[in-house]
Amino acid sequence: MLRLYATVAAGGFRRHATYRVATAAGVFTNSVFGVVLSYTYIALWDERPHLGGYSMDDALAYVWIGQALLTVCGMMGGGFENELIERIRTGDIAVDLYRPADLQTWWFSADLGRSAYQLLGRGVAPMAVGWLAFRFTLPAGPGSWLAFLVAVTLGSTVGFALWYVVAMSAFWLLDGQGVVQVAWLGGLFFSGMLLPLNVFPGALGEVARALPWASLLQVPADVYLGKYQGWGLAGAYAFQGGWALVLLAAGRAVQAAATRKVVVQGG
Amino acid sequence: MAEVTRTRVRPGGAYGPGPAPGALGDSWRTYRMIVGMWIRSTTTYRASFLITLFTNFCVTFFDFVAILLMFGQVKGLGGFTFAEVALLYGTAGTAFGIADLTMGSLQRMGTRVRDGSLDTFLMRPAPLLAQIAGDKFALKRFGRVAQGLFVLIWSLCLLDVAWTPLKVLLLPVAVVSGAVIFGAVMVVGASALFWIQDAAEVTNSFTYGGNTLLQYPPTIFAQDLVRGVVYVVPLAFVNWLPALYVLDRPAPAGVPEWAAFASPLVAAVCCGVAGLAWRAGVRAYRSTGS
Repeated sequence: MLRLYATVAAGGFRRHATYRVATAAGVFTNSVFGVVLSYTYIALWDERPHLGGYSMDDALAYVWIGQALLTVCGMMGGGFENELIERIRTGDIAVDLYRPADLQTWWFSADLGRSAYQLLGRGVAPMAVGWLAFRFTLPAGPGSWLAFLVAVTLGSTVGFALWYVVAMSAFWLLDGQGVVQVAWLGGLFFSGMLLPLNVFPGALGEVARALPWASLLQVPADVYLGKYQGWGLAGAYAFQGGWALVLLAAGRAVQAAATRKVVVQGG
Repeated sequence: MAEVTRTRVRPGGAYGPGPAPGALGDSWRTYRMIVGMWIRSTTTYRASFLITLFTNFCVTFFDFVAILLMFGQVKGLGGFTFAEVALLYGTAGTAFGIADLTMGSLQRMGTRVRDGSLDTFLMRPAPLLAQIAGDKFALKRFGRVAQGLFVLIWSLCLLDVAWTPLKVLLLPVAVVSGAVIFGAVMVVGASALFWIQDAAEVTNSFTYGGNTLLQYPPTIFAQDLVRGVVYVVPLAFVNWLPALYVLDRPAPAGVPEWAAFASPLVAAVCCGVAGLAWRAGVRAYRSTGS
């Protein structure tokens, strides 16, 4: 069974690796956005040094981590939900449910493959461009890189779990666009993509840092910057892992309810 | 509204040799027809439509909340006050919103080139660009325009500008010209899709990326970057140059002061370039081999 899912994951990787021009275009766009955002952050941190506990170099690293992880952790859409929603809308999902494989694990494997490719294809290059242009903070050593990689993997899992729940709503709504849009809003704002969550003031900041979206960018970035050490790091992982479990379970529950009650579309 | 009286449809409108008389009228009528159809279809479910329109407004508004949060921490950004940045945000947002509303569908053309469904459009006796631009017209994208206007009006209430008739006139002209410039960039981007179907994201870096860039004062960016958006991709004419004139601030990158009034001219040139690019793209189109 494990071999099946490994094959699906490899398929997900290869499928996205096919579109090399799209990857190059994405790297270009991420780099342009990175440059624009870098300058706004420089202006902001010029006025308020050490804002949110970040130095200027930390803030710049944050910008480029955000660009690198944008597709990896699915902050602006998981990259699979539209396809899944379409399958639900057309009724093709019935075929998927017949397969002797678990639906959520199947899609999770495929998404893991996608994330891995996006990390290599769309993550590394913008980071390199950004570092060459702005010389931001780098992790202290190989251990820190490894810790960052773990946080990214967990973040990507939370991203998948979130978008899976969103896609499942299509069983009832059929047109998932409204929910996708709301989730998109949450992903963009509460992941800290527009502004680091530790810059958010007061209660808004407290809430934002406790929501699942914080796992996508804020936590990995803080791990990268070495803000968590020892048990703090374990706590950060537990935060991400906890949300991953809760949301994956929620996805399963919604799926179970849907397959029990909902009549599949189709002629 | 000037009604087009010509009823005969020129076969193969968009890609016939040379601009035939009335080609623009054809395009406009086609575009209006398709857009009208999509509006009727989306507004059939009124509640659903209003909800998506409202969500769209909110989605773009959160974008502005980030700037609000920034100004919760600082008094100014690059020497610009909150109201001044809001003016930049509002003008760029409105111009981009109008372009996105009217031409945003061009972005998805890559799929049609790849799977060959563009052939259907080419078969129809109506201008191609108008068909593609009107395809799946989403009135909900008006949410972005509304949000831009909202911030623009807010900034105008906050700002203490010494208004002259010239400044009052300049602002709406700049916004409309800005929309045309953004629209032209979208057409150029779509033209490139005839050769490389997967490159749609590159256009995003100039449209969405340009919009983000123009929301902030030019003083915070590297001068080379500013020069680039003045002389290479003339996005600075969307709002930077006119808005700086309105705010009585010097123009960046050694640009003369009269450049603030050049937006309509720049927009016209952009349209010319976009037209040529589109024409070349359509000529290069070869359907799928299957």
